[in-house]
Formats: sequence, C-alpha cells, structure tokens
Amino acid sequence: MTNFMSRNDLLLLVGFTAVVLTMPIWLTPFGAGYPDLLQRFMIFGIFAVGFNILFGLTGYLSFGHAAFFGVGSYAAVWSFKLLTLDAIPAMIFAVLISGLFALIIGFLSLRRSGIYFSILTLAFAQMSYNLAYSVLTPITNGETGLQLTLSDPRVLDAAIGQSFVGQPVPTLLGQQLGGYAGFYFCAGFLILSFFFAQRVAGSPFGMMLKSIKSNQTRMQFTGFNTRPYALSAFVISGMYAGLAGALLAVTDPLAGAERMQWTASGEVVLMTILGGVGTLVGPVIGAWIIKYFENILSALNDNILTQFWSFLPEGFAEIVVKVTSKFVGDGWHLTLGLVFVIIVIFLPGGIMEGVRRIAAVARRSGPPGAKSHQHQPAE
Amino acid sequence: MFEVIFLQFLNGLDKGAAYALIALGLTLVFGTLGVVNFAHGALFMLGAFCAVMFRQFLTLETVTIDPTQTSPWGAPLEIRTPLVQAWFGDFGAVLVNYSVPFSILITIPIMLLVGIALERGIIKHFYKRPHAEQILVTFGLAIVAQEVIKSIFGPNPIPQPMPTDLRGAADIGSWIGFQANVITYPLWRLIYFLFSVIIIGGVFAFLQFTTFGMVVRAGMADRETVGLLGINIDRRFTIMFGLAAVVAGMAGVMYTPLLPPNYHLGMDFLVLSFVVVVVGGMGSLPGAVAAGFLLGILQSFASMTQIKAIVPGIDQIIIYLVAVVILLVRPRGLMGRRGVMEN
Repeated sequence: MTNFMSRNDLLLLVGFTAVVLTMPIWLTPFGAGYPDLLQRFMIFGIFAVGFNILFGLTGYLSFGHAAFFGVGSYAAVWSFKLLTLDAIPAMIFAVLISGLFALIIGFLSLRRSGIYFSILTLAFAQMSYNLAYSVLTPITNGETGLQLTLSDPRVLDAAIGQSFVGQPVPTLLGQQLGGYAGFYFCAGFLILSFFFAQRVAGSPFGMMLKSIKSNQTRMQFTGFNTRPYALSAFVISGMYAGLAGALLAVTDPLAGAERMQWTASGEVVLMTILGGVGTLVGPVIGAWIIKYFENILSALNDNILTQFWSFLPEGFAEIVVKVTSKFVGDGWHLTLGLVFVIIVIFLPGGIMEGVRRIAAVARRSGPPGAKSHQHQPAE
Repeated sequence: MFEVIFLQFLNGLDKGAAYALIALGLTLVFGTLGVVNFAHGALFMLGAFCAVMFRQFLTLETVTIDPTQTSPWGAPLEIRTPLVQAWFGDFGAVLVNYSVPFSILITIPIMLLVGIALERGIIKHFYKRPHAEQILVTFGLAIVAQEVIKSIFGPNPIPQPMPTDLRGAADIGSWIGFQANVITYPLWRLIYFLFSVIIIGGVFAFLQFTTFGMVVRAGMADRETVGLLGINIDRRFTIMFGLAAVVAGMAGVMYTPLLPPNYHLGMDFLVLSFVVVVVGGMGSLPGAVAAGFLLGILQSFASMTQIKAIVPGIDQIIIYLVAVVILLVRPRGLMGRRGVMEN
C-alpha cells in the first residue's frame, strides 16, 4: 500500500471523500442542501479539477475549455436520443468524443505557447459556439437547445424491449437519476476524478508536466520532446470537461450552446484561481464557492436584506439595505469581480495559499521543531 | 461587380476602425508597461457611457405649465424644455443635437483620470508578476466596471441619436466618378472612419515627432537604460496608459450612434480586439492597426449573401478562422517581435 499511495495522499483522498459524501448534511444549515445545487457542485468540481491539470500542472492557460464541456453535453444527449437512456454509455460516449475534439484542437493550439496559445483556444471555442448557434443547428438544435423527445429511436432500449411512459429521463440500470440519486452519481465521479488527478500529479508523467510549467526550454534542451506530454495533459483535461458536461446533461437533459461561450471558459479559470492554481483541492473549493454564491447571493432580494439588517437603527438600516442590495441579486457579479480582484492582488495562490499561511502562522506559534516542514505545500 | 466589392470594403471600414482603435490602445499599454490589459474593453465601454451620461445631463428638463393652452385630453399643457436650452437658447439646442461629438470634451479628462488612477492604483503592482496574473486582475476589474455600469444605467442598451444633420448617407460613388446612388454610405460611418484615421495618425505622430514620444519609444525598447539616464520613465508610462484609456474612450463615444451601448459592450469587443492584437503581433502598433482593418473588412465580405451561399456560416467564424490560420502560419502574428509573450 505504501508504494501505491503515500500516507498523506491517502488521508487527503479519504478526507475528501468524506466531505463530499456528507455534503447534503453539512450544507443544509447554509441553505445549499438541495440536490440541484449539490449536483452542480460536483459537476463544476470535476470541470475545475480537469482544468487544473492543464493550467495548474502544465502552465498552459486555455480560454476555450467550455467548448469541451459543451461537446460533452451534446454527445451525452445524442447518446440518450440514439442509443439508450442509461447514463453509463452516454458518459463513455461523451468522454470519447470530447477527448477526440480536444486532441484535434490541442494538436493545433499547442504549436504556440503563452498568450498565442490562449487566443488559439479561445478562437476555436468561439468558432464552435458560433457554429453551434448557426450552421450546426441540425446537430445542436440551435437556440432551443438539444432535448429528449418520446419519438427518439433509442436503438438499444428498443432492442431489449424497454419502453417509457411520459417525459424520458436518464437512468442508471433502470433507476432514475433525479434528486439525491443524481447527486451521489455525480459525487462518485468527482471522487474518481479527484483520485485520478491525484495519481497524475504524483506520477512521473505529472513530474514532466510540472517541469514543462517551470521551464519548457530547458526540458527541450535536455532532449525531451515536451509536445506529447502537453498534448496528453490537454486531452485529459478536455476529457474531464467532457465528463462534467455529460453529467450536466444527465442531471438535466437539455444541451444549449451558451455552455460553450467564452464567459463559461472564463468562469472555470476564475474557479481555479480563486481556489488555488496547481493544488488538488483548491479548484474544487473554488468551484463550490462560486456556484454557492451564484445561487445564494443571486437569490437575495430587498425583503430578505431588510430583515437581515433590521437590528440596525431606523434610517441607517435603509441606507445599508440600499448599498448591500447593489452587491446581491442581479448584481452578484460585482461581488464576484471584487472578491476576485482582491484575491489576485493579495493572495495570488488563492484560498489554498490563505490556508497555508494561516497554518504556517499556527505552526510558528507551536513547537519549534515543526518549522522544517514549512517549505512543503499543504498537500 | 466592382461597386458591390467596393461597398463591402466600405462597410468593413467602420468596424475595422473600432477594432483598430481598441487594438492600438491595447498594444500601447502592452508595449510600454508590458501588461496584458483585459480591462481595455471596459475602458471602451466606459467611454461610451460618458456619452450617455453627458446626454442624460443635457436633457434634464424643466416642466412649465402653460394655462392658456390645453393638451388633447383637457389638462393644462405641460411644456418640457431641456435646461440647457432654457439657459443658452439656440446654442443649447445645438449642444443637445450634437451631444455625441461634444461629449468627447468631457470624455478626455474623465478617461485620463480613470486610466491614471487604474495604473497607479492597481496595475503598477503587477509589472513584475506573471502575465497570467495580469490577465486575471484586469479581467476582474473589467467585471467590476461592467457591473457598476449595469447597476447605474440598467441592463438595457441606451440608444444615442446622431446629430440630425449627419443622419443621411454620403453618395461616395458619385464623388469618384460612378453613377449617382450606386455606392452610398451612411455619413456617420464615414465620420467614424475619418475620426479613427485622425486619432491613429495623431498617436503615431505623437510617438514619432515629439520628445516625449521619443523617450517613450526608447523606454519601450530598453526600459532600464532609459531609467539609468535619469529619466523618470515610470511617469511617462503612466501617462501613456492614460492616453490609451483616452483613445479607447473616444472610440467608444463615437461608436455609440452606431451601436447603442449596454454594459457588456466592452466584453463583446474585448475578445475580438484581443484576437486583433494577437493577429497583428503582440507589441507592434502598425500590426494592430493593420490587423484591425483587415479583420473588419474580411468580416464585412464574409457576411455577403453570395459568399454565405458558398460557405454557410462563414460570417460567424471568419475572424477566428483567420486568427487561427495566421497564428499557425506566422507564429508571431503579422508583425510581432521575437520572444514577446511566448512563455
């Protein structure tokens, strides 16, 4: 067992699993304990973990990852329509298609580095988005979005004589994947993805990726061809995005082109940075925080605020309500932007760096022998 | 046939002019400060909202009740007069009519202040940080700027009327020897194009023929040495940032009659103008201008029905397609310098 995984890694994995699986319990007091939001936590967690393999480990900033997310969604919905309503074939199909898509885009984009790479990925993603809206309407159903209908062929389901009554929904071995069943299905995939990312980061392959990030030129002078490694990282993270997109299609079988827009790509960048680039847990936490505030802050309105500030003196409370209402509801992006700017200025390593700094302070005030651990990252 | 091609060429000019102006400012900031400024589109949007604000201010009205006349439904007639008209008479009316060009006068100081405050307040701390962090902090600033505008002016586009005298179309065809009314072009677009030519020419002349510009160019080439010569290069670069903000702001002001500004105007233009800058080559001013006009004109040709009949959907992707092809064939864009922004 010690050869397979270090003790720290194992502890981290077990802890992560426990935190994820008990989420419906400990998030209820925060008003987030409902399946729909929890599923999104899992899905965007997977997206961010995958993005981090490319951006955090390899150092390539892609501005077009939403394209793979969208392709995954479309592929999964097509699998529901043509093959079967079972989720597993849809996931496999989606991951393969988005991996293939990532292989093509990555092969072209990785010929350049730096901002030229970012713009290439952005250009490919915007092309996919614009095409999905216009010419590819037969495949994507344009603005309406791709959805399931009763008249879909579903050849595999038809072969075993299975038929459905009412609106078709994705299933797993005949069990419907709504509510908490859907959450645990996504949670399983998040834990698996996390485990896989952990293995990648700790493997010799992961070391290669990290060294590409720190000095690609030196790597090439030492005689390594870095391109296949970077391309593998790109494809892996594209597959993660496809998996996340497919899960979104499983929980809500309607795929729309707006998932591929560049703002969606920007969002996953924000998640990764907010949590902590290059750390394992950071991106997941970043995704959770953004999705949590997106749902909670945007649901607040003036009435709730008035109640919340009612302990303040008359007149003064009204001013406070007026000011705070600019930061919640429709204006929650303002809060997001401000938090983001502050994080980038003061904590470039994101929330994980904050945790590490607090831990360092706590350790300094503790026993003196513990100081030698300081150069090690938190996980 | 020639008329059609010439007309499409003209149609591409005004959009190309907007791309070129934004890309010029972006390149200016990148070339001097070495900062990748994702908030530049937001500066364009802020400029556009300077025009909106100026017009809203000019059209503040007083309501007087005229008891001798009655409105169609019997109540005393309310006469609304803009305050400026009440104060300045005919000059006030002209001011309201020409609010868009006049708002440039207030845009210049506002954008200069915004630009300098932004550079001194935040961006100055990011010179030594990696480009990824510069992108992120300016991206965050862009979100903040657009959300502030949204909470003040609301989410809907606010149309800005162009001056009544400039609403018609110019019969360019007859000027250069074609039949009358074959090639007509909206007057305001023509003005926008000429305006951008003047601004671009002004920026180049400023850099080429003034001592200040010479020092800035020297600083772009070798910042350290210029600093060692006892010149406060940082202050000049700050002013250049302010200048880039002014250029973006003026481009935004003059664009408002063509496209009613809303809060995400900046983001819409940002992505395209980054593509423009990269296609032109990071750090090359002529490259940025050339790429701006090139992509604007190509986009206009791609939206011709004849071309769309051959390649469906080409108008949606042409800019990105050209960007991909140019970047793959010419690693540093059209005129980029070696070793800039490649790692």
